[in-house]
Amino acid sequence: MTDTGRVTWIAAAVLLGAMAGGALVQNASDAVRLSGQDQHELYVSSPNVLRRLCLGYTGLMADIYWTRAVQYFGYQHHRQSGDFRLLAPLLQVTTQLDPHMLPPYQFGANFLAQQPPNGAGLPGEALSLLQYGIQNNPDQWRLYYNLGFVYFTEFKDYAKAANAFALGAKLPVTNEFMPVLAARMAQHAGEFDTSRMLWYTAYESSKDPRVRQNAVDHLLALRVDEDVTRLEELVLKFRQRTGHNPANMGDLERAGFIRGAPVDPNGKPYRMTTDGRIEVQDPKAIPYITKGLSHPVADSPLRPSL
Amino acid sequence: MNSRIRLVAFNTFREAVRDRVLYNLIAFAVLMSVAAILVGQISIDVERLVVVNLGLTAVSLFGVVIAIFIGIGLVSKEIERRTLYTVLSRPVRRWEFVVGKFLGLTGTLVVNTFFMAIGVFLALLYVAHKFERADYSVLAALYFIVLEFVIVCALALFFSSFSTPIMSAVFTFALFAVGSLAEDLRAFAKAATGFTSLIATALTHVVPNFAAFNVINQAAHGDAIPARLILYNTLYAVLYSAMAISGAVLIFQRRNLK
Repeated sequence: MTDTGRVTWIAAAVLLGAMAGGALVQNASDAVRLSGQDQHELYVSSPNVLRRLCLGYTGLMADIYWTRAVQYFGYQHHRQSGDFRLLAPLLQVTTQLDPHMLPPYQFGANFLAQQPPNGAGLPGEALSLLQYGIQNNPDQWRLYYNLGFVYFTEFKDYAKAANAFALGAKLPVTNEFMPVLAARMAQHAGEFDTSRMLWYTAYESSKDPRVRQNAVDHLLALRVDEDVTRLEELVLKFRQRTGHNPANMGDLERAGFIRGAPVDPNGKPYRMTTDGRIEVQDPKAIPYITKGLSHPVADSPLRPSL
Repeated sequence: MNSRIRLVAFNTFREAVRDRVLYNLIAFAVLMSVAAILVGQISIDVERLVVVNLGLTAVSLFGVVIAIFIGIGLVSKEIERRTLYTVLSRPVRRWEFVVGKFLGLTGTLVVNTFFMAIGVFLALLYVAHKFERADYSVLAALYFIVLEFVIVCALALFFSSFSTPIMSAVFTFALFAVGSLAEDLRAFAKAATGFTSLIATALTHVVPNFAAFNVINQAAHGDAIPARLILYNTLYAVLYSAMAISGAVLIFQRRNLK
């Protein structure tokens, strides 16, 4: 082998070896450096300072901050940490850098409004975000829809929810469900039906497959919540009639309350406990359910999400 | 345009191409492809916004960097290599040399921007699957970016006519940064009082108002760009660059090249 050839081979081997070694050392140092500490920090939280630092290229900066907010929410949600302290500031920076960018209002409000571990549990911040969004984009019906959604699901404030839906319904470009939702809110009509309509509207009005799948998950969860509520009402009726709880679904069937064993959306039969509660067999397979859990959730049956 | 200016301009363009300036197009193509493919996976519902914002910001920044780094060497390099003496010994007047250099660099940036614009529109087609009427505003934003380059080229050439390349780069970039924040400077001038207000107001007229050329946000949202703004920005770019080039000619005319 010539001198040049030898040098080429040695240099190539050193290059690859150093690259691989560098990656290994970096992984090892990450394990030491990052273990047990949250890497997320918001070093610049002032939109005005950021606007100046990026020399007026605010659109790209807003995109970057929105992507950061999505990644941050996804990361904390995946970890089930319940720590969403940076979510509101990230969304605030995003929307102030680009007040006409709609996804941060639509999805960000839901990220904020949900209770931990699914969200930040900051419905007040969600309202502020949406109100800022409406102030800057008064012709966007989706923002009124999201506002009504948060009022309904988080605050049970039917009057304000009805007002938000009604305002959205009056816009030149709106959704056909908006006036119906406004009317339902005004009447305090059936909660399950109203929630179903809200999630159906969310499904219909988005093209993003993840958003649509999320709406489907919520619709399925609503079906479970409704099934469990209805079955527990039947258990109560059975008790009132016979003086004791039914031992199983068969007792309800024999008493003529149901026909066949009711099943959840995954086809698994509901289970009845000795004290007459109804449970789903595999709650993890049906996200967002609030009823039919082994440890029932005491508060609202309807939790909003993405 | 007289033939001597055309010759200097063409040679400036050819030199820039020979210096592999257009290689930045490869980096741009990679950037746009990665953004178009990845953004849908790491963000929600902002694919078009990101492609337009990232695309136009990259076109603008790549172009400004090229304008500064080539613009500052246009005169000094010719002096350093002593090629300037050969050029000026021919029937080429000094002002023709300066104007030709300016037009050559501007032409290089226009060609560069044209290819980048194709990249932006291809990425847009990839994420949106079709072109919309709103995409016209992207064209307007690209036109404004070209106008921005015209001013930056003129400024770089102005500084390079009397200063060293490094100092020219610093001056030009500083003016670009201050000009990008011109709205803040105007707000400060309005808020200030007395002598400070006078100085700040004078500065707002001297510093190029690059903020007026930045309509990337509006383009990303598909907002229409008013025809009057296009007209005013065109006039402003022509007048400001004429001012800077005249300054460069005045200095270069009197410069002792020995």
